[in-house]
Parts: sequence; C-alpha cells; structure tokens
Amino acid sequence: MSNDPKASFDSEKAAEIHRHLHSHLPSDPALRVKALESLAVERGLVASETIDRWVEAYSEHIGPKRGARVVARSWLDPTFRTRLLENAAEAIKEFGFEGNATGHLKAVENTDTQHNLVVCTLCSCYPFSILGMSPAWYKSAAYRSRAVREPRAVLAEFGVTISDDTAIRVWDSTAELRYIVIPQRPAGTEGWDEDQLAAIVTRNAMIGTDRDLKVN
Amino acid sequence: MDGIHDLGGKQGHGPVPVQTGDADFSHDWERRMWGLARAGIARGITIDWFRHGLERMVPADYLSYSYFQKWASNYLMIMVDNGEISMDEVLTGHAARPGSPAAALSLDEMLEFQRSLCTDFSRQIATAPAHKPGDQITTRSHTTAAHSRLPQYAQGRTGTIIAHHGAHLLPDRGAEGIHEAEHLYTVEFTARELWGAGANPKDSVTLELWESYFV
Repeated sequence: MSNDPKASFDSEKAAEIHRHLHSHLPSDPALRVKALESLAVERGLVASETIDRWVEAYSEHIGPKRGARVVARSWLDPTFRTRLLENAAEAIKEFGFEGNATGHLKAVENTDTQHNLVVCTLCSCYPFSILGMSPAWYKSAAYRSRAVREPRAVLAEFGVTISDDTAIRVWDSTAELRYIVIPQRPAGTEGWDEDQLAAIVTRNAMIGTDRDLKVN
Repeated sequence: MDGIHDLGGKQGHGPVPVQTGDADFSHDWERRMWGLARAGIARGITIDWFRHGLERMVPADYLSYSYFQKWASNYLMIMVDNGEISMDEVLTGHAARPGSPAAALSLDEMLEFQRSLCTDFSRQIATAPAHKPGDQITTRSHTTAAHSRLPQYAQGRTGTIIAHHGAHLLPDRGAEGIHEAEHLYTVEFTARELWGAGANPKDSVTLELWESYFV
C-alpha cells in the first residue's frame, strides 16, 4: 500500500483524541477492547485466531518458568553465569528465550551485601519474553511511586526484611534495558539438578520483591 | 513532560496490592488486549509515540484506569491518529472500510515471530561519548512539554555513571517520529541525594539516561 497509516507524532492531537474518547465512548474496558478487536480484524490487521494463539503462548509457553531456568543454570554452570552477567540478551538465546523486550536484557546478582529491586516508574517496562506478563502489583501506582523512594517499606509489604547493612540498589528502567535479578542459591540445594533448582525460583525473586528462596 | 505518568517518588498511593494484585490477567478482555498489542495492530508508530500517547491521556483516567484499560484507550487513539480508523468507526465498533482478512498464524509461527521481536535500539554514531564510568554528572533541572525519560525525581541531581551502553535511539526524538541516537549511560544516585538524610546511606537508585539529559 502506498498510503500506509502513519502516526502524526503530534502530541496535542493525541491529547485531543484522548479527550474525545473520554467524553464520547463508554468507559467499560471490555466493550472498548471488543470494539478494538472488531476494528483490527475487519481492517485486516490481525486474525482473531492469532490473538487466541498469543493468549495461549503467554499462558503456556512464555512465562517466569523461563527466567527460573536461566537462574538455575547460572547456579550450576559458572561459565554460563559469566556469559549471563556479561550480556544477558545474548545468553538467553542459548534457550531460545529472546523476544519482546529482551534486546537489551541485563542480569543483576544479589549478594550477601547487596539486594536488587526492579521497577519502571514512568510506565511499566518489563522483560516479557523471559518473565511473561508482569503481575498486577508491578503496574500499580503504589509500586511505581514507592519502590524508588522507600524500597525497604515496599519490601516489608512483601514480607521481605533487608538488614540496614545490606545495600538496596533499585533499577528504574527508563530506557530499553530490562532487568532480571539473579537471586542467591539457597543452602540445602547441594546436588540438585536444573529442574529441581528452577522449581524454587519465584517470579518475585527475579523482580527483587522476594529474596530468600524456600527450599521445600 | 512532567505528566501524571511520572510516578516515581510521589506519595500517598497507599500499600502495594501484593495479595490481590498478583494475577497476570484478571479478565478475558485483558488477555485479548495483550494479544492485540503483540500482534502489532498499530502501524507507523514508534515505541516512544506509544508511551507518549499514554502520557497524553486525560490525567484522571490515567490514575483510575488499570494497565490494559489504558492500553485500550491508547490503541484507539493511535489508530484514529494514524488514519487506520475514524472516530465514527470507534463509536460504532465496525470498520466502514474493511481490508482483506489477515492470515491466522499457527502457534509455532507466532512463537517464531515473537522471537523476532527482540529489538536492538543501539546505533553507531560518529560522536564520541562525553563521559565514562566513574564520572559524576548532574541532570537537567527541568524538562519541556515533550516526551522525555528523565523523571522529575532525578532532575537536577548528581550521580555517578556506572555503565556506558554506546548510543541508543533517543526517546525524546522517537516520540516525534525521528530516529536519532545519543550515548546512553546507567547513572547511580545515592538514596540520600534523591530523598534526603533520612534515607539509608547504603541504598541507591539507578536510571538509564542519555547525554542530553545532563547539564
């Protein structure tokens, strides 16, 4: 097509359309998404079956189990861990886990003296292809506003207490870099294989709202 | 822009919905919205225009709408703006100018396509970086009404560069449809620099910031 749709990149026009939608369209989100899907399908932008496949992909194939496997391997294989910390975007390609929002993935490791916490204060950036859809709390105004300012109070709400001697580094994802936290391997897992280890890695631990992984 | 979206450090938002807010999706329409977004229905945009579109929502809607509710509004805005659909078509929920139906992808085709969405935002530029890890920088103390990724809480503050990432596309220009790259750094600010003497002296916040965000 010679006349492909193209954004105006006009900020004021965007605001005006939003005001129009606000005033004239019922706010019920289910109806809005239904209208959006009908319009996209009728315009030939996507098939409804493809949307079903995306839903299936993100419930069955793409999710935090991917990140957990990466973490488990980093515990078992020191050379992989080095590659992961050097360039996580490349290292996850060894699993075929690359995709949405992992082009500049960075892995950050917790130690006895440092804890890492990930947030996106300006929107809700998240490494989808490696962790799946983000939990609702990650996208909440409370988490986005408070994680940078009072991380210890936020972590306490998750049941995580960080001693005053342990530094907390909060990573605010303002560019296209995305973060995955590599939690510490808990004691009592000596001799475990990758599957066993992956099973104890929680999604929250890979965001930083969990710290001491449970062994049973 | 110092808009409603710039939530970092704002107070009064209450406890994090730790228990009730753990679900990836609470409703079917949220799953449909996510699928529509992944399928790439918004043509002729940049990721920065998408984000700026969210920032230009009616402020009260921004705070009261859930994540995917915001997305639904923003996709409608984008598709009206780029001429894909008219406001009348939004109101009726049907396209007056249908296109040829899109082919349905199999799960394998779709997973392969998903892998291809891994995007490199870095670019080679002729300009040498002005800073290096270990350098102290101070950020600009104000922004314009245009899109920017320098949050208010980190404006006019001094931090230390801990990494240089080469040049990356600058969101400020991307929201205007212009592909222009600048050197990008990870900058660490002490919690005390950002929040005052009450903060734990060991804590810090890092942000990715472009060179033009520094004074």
